Amino acid sequence: MYRYDEHDHALVQDRVAQFRRQVERRMQGEITEEQFRPLRLMNGLYLQLHAYMLRVAIPYGTLDSRQMRKLAWIARRYDKGYGHFTTRQNLQYNWPKLEETPDILAELAEVEMHAIQTSGNCIRNVTSDQYAGAAKDEVEDPRIWCEIARQWSTLHPEFSFLPRKFKIAITACEHDRAAVKVHDIGVIVKRDAGGEVGFEVIVGGGLGRTPFVGKTIREFLPKEHFLSYLEAVLRVYNQLGRRDNKFKARIKVTVHEIGIEEFRRLVEEEWAAIRDTSLKLPKEEVDRIAAHFQPPAFRALDATARATEDRAAKDPAFASWLRHNVAPHKASGYAIANVSLKVPGQAPGDASAEQMDLLADLADEYSFSELRVTHAQNIVLPHVERDRLPALYDRLVPAGLAAANVGLVSDIICCPGLDYCSLANARSIPVAQQIAERFDAAKQERIGELQIKISGCINACGHHHVGHIGILGVDRKGEEHYQVQIGGSADENASLGRILGRGFSADEVVDVVDKLVETYLDLREEGETFLETYRRIGQEPFKERVYGTA
Amino acid sequence: MGQVVIASRLSDGRVVFVAKASEGAAVEWALELDAACVAGDDASAEAMLALAERDARAQQTVVEPYLIDVENKDGRLVPTKYREAIRCLGPTIRPDLGKQAEGPSA
Amino acid sequence: MALLERKDGGAVEIEDRFTRVEDDAALPSSGGVIVSLPRFEQEREALLARSGELGVWLASNESPKAIGGDLDRIAVVALDFPVFSDGRAFTSARLLRERYGYAGEVRAIGDVLLEQLSFMVRSGFSTFEVRDPKALAEFERVVGEVRVVYQPTGDGRTTALQRRLGRG
Repeated sequence: MYRYDEHDHALVQDRVAQFRRQVERRMQGEITEEQFRPLRLMNGLYLQLHAYMLRVAIPYGTLDSRQMRKLAWIARRYDKGYGHFTTRQNLQYNWPKLEETPDILAELAEVEMHAIQTSGNCIRNVTSDQYAGAAKDEVEDPRIWCEIARQWSTLHPEFSFLPRKFKIAITACEHDRAAVKVHDIGVIVKRDAGGEVGFEVIVGGGLGRTPFVGKTIREFLPKEHFLSYLEAVLRVYNQLGRRDNKFKARIKVTVHEIGIEEFRRLVEEEWAAIRDTSLKLPKEEVDRIAAHFQPPAFRALDATARATEDRAAKDPAFASWLRHNVAPHKASGYAIANVSLKVPGQAPGDASAEQMDLLADLADEYSFSELRVTHAQNIVLPHVERDRLPALYDRLVPAGLAAANVGLVSDIICCPGLDYCSLANARSIPVAQQIAERFDAAKQERIGELQIKISGCINACGHHHVGHIGILGVDRKGEEHYQVQIGGSADENASLGRILGRGFSADEVVDVVDKLVETYLDLREEGETFLETYRRIGQEPFKERVYGTA
Repeated sequence: MGQVVIASRLSDGRVVFVAKASEGAAVEWALELDAACVAGDDASAEAMLALAERDARAQQTVVEPYLIDVENKDGRLVPTKYREAIRCLGPTIRPDLGKQAEGPSA
Repeated sequence: MALLERKDGGAVEIEDRFTRVEDDAALPSSGGVIVSLPRFEQEREALLARSGELGVWLASNESPKAIGGDLDRIAVVALDFPVFSDGRAFTSARLLRERYGYAGEVRAIGDVLLEQLSFMVRSGFSTFEVRDPKALAEFERVVGEVRVVYQPTGDGRTTALQRRLGRG
């Protein structure tokens, strides 16, 4: 993975010192809250319902054991012993003190981490495929381009006061695990007809109040033009994006209002003027960064893993974990192991300091010290020898981290909701927990792949628009109320869910999910997933079951 | 039943309430809702909020004061809106955290 | 209100030799003036023929493209920040410097925040109308606070990449 050089270090250290001065000025009353708010937000510090919240960037979801241990240490020393992994592959602390945040940032800087641009109307943490560098069908490691984008976007003088926040995701696989079609810019690393590697660029996707699936603005962009093209898109957006209405300020609305053809014309015109400037990437720099993402020294292993197969044959719980949480690896004899943070009784995405420490140890012992955070709020050990999976599993079980549910009904994406967030209208975590409790392991197995996504407000941090079942919390006359939608998806065949009908009280919503699942189980054809059945039969049968009418 | 002023403490973001506010004296802030000063009518509530806002500006120790409705339940003050009730207790899924986990003198 | 001009690593306070003339006000017979874009477009010939120096101020939704052809006769372009969060003027400043090769004064006006000065300098602004009484004393510190820059912009600062390639 990428390691800072002296320049990267200097920037982050200077940023910490700068923020320390800003906090001091605030604590001494030299600047007001109105003046301080944008400054703290530029460093990921929010003021939530019970306390401050600090959002730490985990660039493209990659971290090593040393960084994970630091996150655990900070959780213990400065917070309440846990952290929350988010859908942007970041980590949030829920209880930091303002006066201690500069110290936290200094600690983070020691392990090449920061909170820069985790909030504000700027280019946010670039996200990627959690299997990057390990996935079988990858064109090349997308994190090379994530890191190039990270540096380019960090403290960008022109794009730090955009009309609204700006999110970029990059994938290099045909199967999209990074939800690139619902980002402001989505990038797909691919080959052209001649075998040259470049990018398809997608623009104008997004969730929130007005969700859109992004549109392709360029079918193929040669590598060296990566930054000039991004800069052209951002420049057009910075000039044209609406600033009169916060709810219409995202690039998706600009693209929608002027049309993709006109937007493309403007971008291409701008790009023509800057494509051959110093933004053009020299091969040496791409190679320098790519060298950081060279695969670790995999051993030459046989593809058959006897110990794992034997264990699976006699241990159904392990077999289930193997089936759901383990994915194929590009190197023979290796596997990708997902550690689910959808643990009974724990908030989705939360991990205690002890769990983080254990994950760091396991990364050292089993995965070349590497870890990933997924946008589905789980953790990945990307490079595990297949035959050591039973040993790894046996370490996860006592820590409560062996839930065999990745991609299943209890693997719910969920925002913090009204339990923490000052923007939320309703709670989302208890709903997720109740749904997870409703379906036992056998039932989950029978249902198969089903993504439920829950947001506590229209900002859609829980991605409800692209859940196979999406749930949105609203406030209805002073009561928590939930709208349900079905048919969303965030992968390469992205689609937005459709609202089922009138909403439900907190007491009803779990029963509604149950009815949707039962409808699917009754009507599915052999081998069909929930989403496939929905796409075949449409919404009506589900509506009938839920509302009792056509 | 009445209204109290709620705010966040600048230094650590913890939720605080106006315990005492009068013209010409510094506002006293408390961490416990039960120690809050309850305004019985809109006029006195607005007056209390105005003092709290002035104090927030002058002292720069609390952030974003506003009024919430409370009622008396079994001798304890309880917010009437669920959002504020959660704010005054802590995360509902973590009873070990927030005000709900603290002793009366915390 | 003070007008600061970049000098070395910091800034000095300077006399404003321009008068901002409202759209419905008469032009003074001599001396520098700054007029709005609509007025410039309407009275272009007369304004360019005047003896005093000419400046144009652009609202944040107005592009420098509109004056691109006349820049060699414009002494100052004032770019407005109606609120600090409206960042369009950063783009305008870069276009003036990098697209149109403008070498005159680019002035930041409106809601000019101390914490944005370094971004302004990087984008090509050369003068700053500031309300914050601390701005002059703090200018050098806030502009130099972060030693490393990643983005190549018209200010010519050596980027991290140039250093890595040994070209800085």
